Amino acid sequence: MIDSKSTATVTLNSELPRPQIALPSSAENSSKGLIIQFLEWFGDLGIFFFQVLRAAVTPPFEFRELIRQLDEIGSKSLPLVALAGAATGVVLSMEARFSLTRFGAKSLLPAAIVFSVIHETGPIITGLVVSGRVGAGIGAELASMKVTEQIDAIEASAVNPYRLLAATRILACTLMLPLLTLAADCCGVVMGWVTQALAEPLSLHQFVNNGFNGASFNDVLPPTFKTMAFGLIIGLIACFQGMRTEGGAAGVGRAATSSVVLSSLFVILADVVLVKLIIIFFP
Amino acid sequence: METLDQIAKKPGRAEEDGNAPVLAVENLHKSFGSQKVLNGISLSVKRGETLAVLGRSGTGKSVLLRIIIGLQQPDSGSVRIHSQDIAGLALDQMGEIRKKMGFLFQHAALYDSLTVEQNVGFPLQHHKKEMSKSERAERVAALLAEVGMESAAQKMPSDISGGMQKRIGLARALALEPEILLLDEPTAGLDPIGSSEIDDLVLKLKSERQVASIVVTHDLHSARTIADRLALLNQGNVVIEGTFEELQQSDDEFVREFLKHS
Repeated sequence: MIDSKSTATVTLNSELPRPQIALPSSAENSSKGLIIQFLEWFGDLGIFFFQVLRAAVTPPFEFRELIRQLDEIGSKSLPLVALAGAATGVVLSMEARFSLTRFGAKSLLPAAIVFSVIHETGPIITGLVVSGRVGAGIGAELASMKVTEQIDAIEASAVNPYRLLAATRILACTLMLPLLTLAADCCGVVMGWVTQALAEPLSLHQFVNNGFNGASFNDVLPPTFKTMAFGLIIGLIACFQGMRTEGGAAGVGRAATSSVVLSSLFVILADVVLVKLIIIFFP
Repeated sequence: METLDQIAKKPGRAEEDGNAPVLAVENLHKSFGSQKVLNGISLSVKRGETLAVLGRSGTGKSVLLRIIIGLQQPDSGSVRIHSQDIAGLALDQMGEIRKKMGFLFQHAALYDSLTVEQNVGFPLQHHKKEMSKSERAERVAALLAEVGMESAAQKMPSDISGGMQKRIGLARALALEPEILLLDEPTAGLDPIGSSEIDDLVLKLKSERQVASIVVTHDLHSARTIADRLALLNQGNVVIEGTFEELQQSDDEFVREFLKHS
């Protein structure tokens, strides 16, 4: 099969005269090109999302594949997420102890650790760890299927690849992120207590009581459920980057890398917006 | 807009008139950048007929098959299956048309995370939900036996040779008992005995099930054995279309050159 992009590039390179000393205009052109490329990418992503959405809400539903993906994305990410959550709890505990002791607010230590973990570090660490593990996995798997014509074969077998491959993975990411976040939160709080208890005797009961004193559902549910948006972003970008890959093994590598980079970036950007919205709607 | 059921049940012209083409492409154009690959190709196949498409590498033979099954869109021209134009059909609507077609990819395109048995059973699992597990297993075993690959049922695609993958790909293409078969280089990478077995299978499908086939191939011997007509492509055009004898009698320099080196 002929690669349309490479053909077009070869033709352009051979036909267009090379610019002599035109740095400002070339810089201007390249920034314009980047903006156009970005807008095109965004437009394509929107169309892709619409196609996946349409496939997801119309039968037949791919329950078996969804369950396989829930296991692949959820249970297989659990050890990594738990470890990352635990490590964050330890670091947060050590840092908070140092800072709060310095300002004479040591009694606030359990609350500071619990609130930090549940409000922000648990969700964002989960989002970033999953975007690394799952984003790369989905991106590389679908890209490999694309370059070996397996996605075309699915389509030729009269099966909708948006439904079978993309919708199931995106839905699994969206559903599993809050559960993984809860696991990261638990590990972070427990390891925060362990770190405190090693420095100064303190029972878990006392730590939890002090930590959750004055906490409400608004402190737990919105930050946990905001990770559904992270899951949607990770699944959507990884599937999109994978299914539009071109160019053999190098293309697979590019798809895996771009899936991780873009999904991590958009998770962080989405977090900024979601934190603000949570503050407004769940004060 | 027509529903999926209406599309699936729509009586084709072929059902009304035995001589009408099951598949017809008309004035098909396709370019990639500045390179014209198909330049106004028109071909048709009737029920129970096999058309072999020949030509040099890069003349758009595979692209032609991909356009017919809807994996690529033509720049202009039409593809009609049972007299229905497939242009502009949504993915699920196209799916109903594709159930009537079997496609063998040039490199087999087996699902590398599934066993050979699961690969062949994939279309059945998705489209024959009324089949029980044992019925499906029986059908898969019969398809594998038809291509001589029953012993490889539990193997992964990576554990078998390219030629064997081709046969499994063919078994998968036959799973839904298609009315139209599109075969992209079915005998490439096969030993002479394997090639001859595939040829026999295509002939059997033609005589027993009246399957209409388009076979893209470089194997002139195979084309001569299985095809009723041959079409020779050059620079995006059909140079000649006819029986092998008609090709042999042609005065066209390209046709003579092609036959001389095949």
